[in-house]
Amino acid sequence: MIVAERKSIPELVELLKDYRRILVLGCGTCVTVCLAGGEREVSIIASALRIAGKLRGLDFQIDELTIERQCDNIFIEQAAEAIAKSDAVLSLGCGAGVQAIAERYPDKPVYAGLNTKFLGILEERGVWAEKCTACGACVLNDYGGICPVTRCAKHALNGPCGGSREDHCEVRPDLPCVWQLIYQRLKSTGQLDRLRQIEPPKDWSQSASGGPRVLIREDHRI
Amino acid sequence: MNSDNFEPTIVAFCCHYCAYSAADLAGSMRLQYPPNIRIIRTPCTGRLEVELFLKAFEDGADGVIVAGCEEGSCHFKEGNLIAKRRVNATRELMNESGLEMERLRMVNMSAANAPLFKKAMDDMVATVRKLGPSRLKKVAP
Repeated sequence: MIVAERKSIPELVELLKDYRRILVLGCGTCVTVCLAGGEREVSIIASALRIAGKLRGLDFQIDELTIERQCDNIFIEQAAEAIAKSDAVLSLGCGAGVQAIAERYPDKPVYAGLNTKFLGILEERGVWAEKCTACGACVLNDYGGICPVTRCAKHALNGPCGGSREDHCEVRPDLPCVWQLIYQRLKSTGQLDRLRQIEPPKDWSQSASGGPRVLIREDHRI
Repeated sequence: MNSDNFEPTIVAFCCHYCAYSAADLAGSMRLQYPPNIRIIRTPCTGRLEVELFLKAFEDGADGVIVAGCEEGSCHFKEGNLIAKRRVNATRELMNESGLEMERLRMVNMSAANAPLFKKAMDDMVATVRKLGPSRLKKVAP
């Protein structure tokens, strides 16, 4: 899922101080699961903004709405009425959601209430960890399903760097060296011979460095 | 309004299995606790959410106190520990929003500890009285 966390209330108040009627718009997908922008967080942030606004003498009129997915026009339509009534929209969607709303409503100021952090998973209650960089050319099959592109601080593709210390990363000593995890994984699945292959330089042309990517599926186009 | 004649409104979320019973016992023991307290019984403090605390302040509470079981004695094992984290998260939000975080606190007690219930409520009223009325009320339309 896409993992995000809320911006601070003073930052949001500063963004919204010139507006009166504000729609706090949540998203029912990734940011609901990572507890950053779902229905509950909409309620919490709306309350905090009302409180902060009153204390600063701002007359915020805040509406609350959560739609299933902000990155999908079919669901954005469900917010049309609420968006039309508002002077500005504070989107609690991920970066894609915010831009989808802004593109759909060119005349409406749309602000991001969250900082979108990474693609990750819930490791334990309250702990999310990055697992994927969306590099566009997945190498997971070569490394037992553990991604060195994302989880090695140096993106090393041919074994650990010289800084691996007691199975831990030298850049982030609190994290295990991903190459230790890859070795253990390939050993336990009887695939250690895979490590004998020399991985050629990665094809970064599929990543975002060439500008925003577009995926076209002719079989689904109308 | 000075702090001498200010009578704060304090919402007390009291767990059914401890603080609510302690409040009841305080009555039976003729222990007078401040009339500023508005008790809301909850099945467990773990039921309480951040938005409920914020709503209480939005609706005019000068202070909110959450009274749960002693740590390690929650009827539902860890509801009071969950509540503690939520109270702390709410205090952080209050701080960011400009509302004094001292207006929200959590206390722990057993059902048998009526004197502690009285003391906790006395302390809360004293703290909020010192802070003065919630500025949310003063500037509310």
